[in-house]
Amino acid sequence: MKHQSIPRVVGKLFMPLILLFALYVQFHGDFGPGGGFQAGVIFAAGVVLYALIFGLDAAKRIVRPRVIEILFAVGVLLYAGTGLVSLFVGRNFLDYTALDPDHPAHGQHLGIFLVELGVGVTVAAVMIAIFFAFAGRRRLR
Amino acid sequence: MIDAHLPILLIVAPLVSAPLCVLLRQKTLVWAFAFVVCLASLGMASLLLVRVLQDGVISYALGGWIAPWGIEYRVDVVNAFVLLLVAIIAAALVVFALPSAADEIAAEQHYLFYAAYLLCFAGLMGIAITGDAFNVFVFLEISSLSSYALIALGRDRRALIASYQYLIMGTLGATFIVIGIGLMYMMTGTLNMADLSERLPAMFETRTAMVAFAFLSVGLAIKAAMFPLHAWLPNAYCYAPSVVTAFLAATATKVSIYAFLRFTFTVWGAEFVFERLNFDALLIPLSLVGIYAASLSAIYQTDVKRLLAYSSVAQIGYMMLGIGFVSVTGLTGGMVHLFNHAMMKAALFLAVGCVVLRVGSSKLADWKGMGRRMPITMAAFVLAGLSLIGVPLTVGFVSKWYLILAALEKGWWPIALLALLSSLLAVVYVWRVVEVAYFQRMDEPAPVKEAPWPMQVSMWVLTGATLYFGLQTDLTVRVAQRAAMGLLGVTP
Repeated sequence: MKHQSIPRVVGKLFMPLILLFALYVQFHGDFGPGGGFQAGVIFAAGVVLYALIFGLDAAKRIVRPRVIEILFAVGVLLYAGTGLVSLFVGRNFLDYTALDPDHPAHGQHLGIFLVELGVGVTVAAVMIAIFFAFAGRRRLR
Repeated sequence: MIDAHLPILLIVAPLVSAPLCVLLRQKTLVWAFAFVVCLASLGMASLLLVRVLQDGVISYALGGWIAPWGIEYRVDVVNAFVLLLVAIIAAALVVFALPSAADEIAAEQHYLFYAAYLLCFAGLMGIAITGDAFNVFVFLEISSLSSYALIALGRDRRALIASYQYLIMGTLGATFIVIGIGLMYMMTGTLNMADLSERLPAMFETRTAMVAFAFLSVGLAIKAAMFPLHAWLPNAYCYAPSVVTAFLAATATKVSIYAFLRFTFTVWGAEFVFERLNFDALLIPLSLVGIYAASLSAIYQTDVKRLLAYSSVAQIGYMMLGIGFVSVTGLTGGMVHLFNHAMMKAALFLAVGCVVLRVGSSKLADWKGMGRRMPITMAAFVLAGLSLIGVPLTVGFVSKWYLILAALEKGWWPIALLALLSSLLAVVYVWRVVEVAYFQRMDEPAPVKEAPWPMQVSMWVLTGATLYFGLQTDLTVRVAQRAAMGLLGVTP
């Protein structure tokens, strides 16, 4: 794709929009259709588009495989950590009310927000890793 | 305070540790961490069993959402028993994994191995603990996906094909299970097991109920490698790294059998499954054919791991036979065998793992003179092998005793006789290994050291357990009996 200027220009134009839309789907997920999984996939799709147009190596310079591997773990930990916080305050696992006991509704909102963020991070990282693994035909690094 | 949260901590501890292993990366550090987590889980599982035996059923509402709406973890004697079993095996094998995985798995994949191991552990514990039908499916996928990865870590390239074969079969099984659960949800509008068991009887007349049960039982039978749906098992066990083989052989199929028990007896009820559908008319012949067919296949194997894998299929037949009797004695036999077989098969696969570490092969032809070259390892193999046959003073005898007792209780003496005779086949395949190891000399025996002490320790702990629980039947049989009574709804 190095000498195809139209895909390169259009790709560059679309990249920020795709990533922005991913964030919209992520954070608007509790009011409209969307959520962590969909957002993660859309975010990964942006990176995949970049890799298709500018090559795998360029994409790996932007999203480093080492960072992806850390992000897998961080997403899950964010999810489970949210659950554990409520445990430490003496409520049941994943009882989001514990996050703001005075305003249970706020607590629930914050809880689902954090959990979905965890899902989004892990899904995006795993999607990108799967793409890198297939495109590179060898190990992640 | 921590007491009340035991059921969830038991699942969350290994689940959270898996991503932490990915972050830690450093090999020894990851192992030490996994070891601590497995030990803590073992402690929590034992505590949970003690609690349940004292106070009865423990229920835990996730997120504070009360039962039929939210996800409920529900621990009674049946699953506390299974949880303890899985935790014992996981803790014993993580010790074994230190030298064994270092030898059999590429160094840069070690932390991923421990992450997958802990995930698989969490998934299996989750299947056992949850009281929510859909949650069973979720945890089943967690444990299955991580076990595909674990099997693929084997150094033989055929491990990839074996893992892929298991992936296809496992996905089929999981799909059938989720279709079954979907139909149940469609009929009743609930996913909570206790709630399902109250609402399902109204639907027993419908064809949907039958179809739902058919999908569910076939799916679980695939996951449990019940004959004739066991085709994925021998390859998967044969090419996986030794410690993974031992772990899956001792836990994965057992937990699937637990899920089968739970759905059959608690959710659908014995009356629907065995009186209306006459499921035992299918279960008993199939398990007997499975015992004989798989034992005969085991006799003709040239690889010790594959031989033991076929023997596992046969042993699953015994457990299914116990379930098929639909009596307290039969179920006790099945449950005790579930526990006992896990101990002895893990011990056997660990002995194979020790030989693989030193000799690099599990082919029977390479085992010549092994009785002289690795006497301690082979002694463990023989002791656990005796248990597999069902020699008195070993655990194998205890479980077969109850199975035969259950057959005689029903007056089905031909079945009792067949179950007894099948032990002779086990004598043949265990003897084949013993003969090669002790009575065939190697031309120029290269000196071989015994396996390192962590491997010896975990192998002997499990071998010791097969002897200890063979003599001290109080604990296992008493708990299994209470579990069987709970499943059949009989009050002691």
